[in-house]
Amino acid sequence: MKITLNNRQEEFNSETLTISQIMEIKSFHFKMLVVRLNDTLIKREEYSSTQVKNGDDLKIIHLVSGG
Amino acid sequence: MLNFNQIKTILSKKVVGIAGAGGLGSNCAASLVRSGLGKLIIADFDVVSQPNLNRQFYFHDQIGMNKTDALRDNLLRINPMCLLQIHNTRVTEENISLLFSVCDVVIEAFDDAEQKQMLIEYMLTNHPNIPLIAASGMAGCGNLEQISLIQSGNLIICGDGSSEVSYDNPPMAPKVGIVSNMQADVALQILLSQNENENNTK
Repeated sequence: MKITLNNRQEEFNSETLTISQIMEIKSFHFKMLVVRLNDTLIKREEYSSTQVKNGDDLKIIHLVSGG
Repeated sequence: MLNFNQIKTILSKKVVGIAGAGGLGSNCAASLVRSGLGKLIIADFDVVSQPNLNRQFYFHDQIGMNKTDALRDNLLRINPMCLLQIHNTRVTEENISLLFSVCDVVIEAFDDAEQKQMLIEYMLTNHPNIPLIAASGMAGCGNLEQISLIQSGNLIICGDGSSEVSYDNPPMAPKVGIVSNMQADVALQILLSQNENENNTK
């Protein structure tokens, strides 16, 4: 499948993946995150149950302290 | 295109909420007031301290003052006519709606990542129609090419998304100033386009 991840085109070998699997593949190991799938907020407890499919727009945004 | 008088006329009717009056919030507020924004709602619980002065819009003789009081003084020196509603309180899930539900745009200007996430999740869940401009990643200096905007619906996040503040990587005036002013710029763009949309539907 081809998706848009953080504004970039990404291709994966599977037909669908969960958000947790994508985080694992892309090595996103951050503590504080905001995840939006097609502009809908996905909460932490939904990462492993939410399926991402071809054409989806996924944003995994790392929140770091500072301001 | 709008000239500055038209821009000021539109902005004079707008309300922006700023959650946090540290490096991001104080500098963003200054730019919004200089641009002619009508009203700011600012909330913070902290007091001005010496280490703040390396990046925050406060002065040496304000050390020990509540940040919200000091910021009000400083903003009124830029424009004595701007309306400021200040809240010397910690922003929590219990008061976000009370503080910010009337705003046209809200700026996330916290220091702590957990606070950032709390505000973002609360606003997206309870006030999805209010644009929220957050910031993540502005420590140290250099690597400016990493700074970007990520937009997802009504959420916009400014910053490099990775440089975390620590003892060895402190926040400094230039990059905090850049990111806070990116937030202000995105706010202006949204506020001015909101007006365009309103006119188009009339």
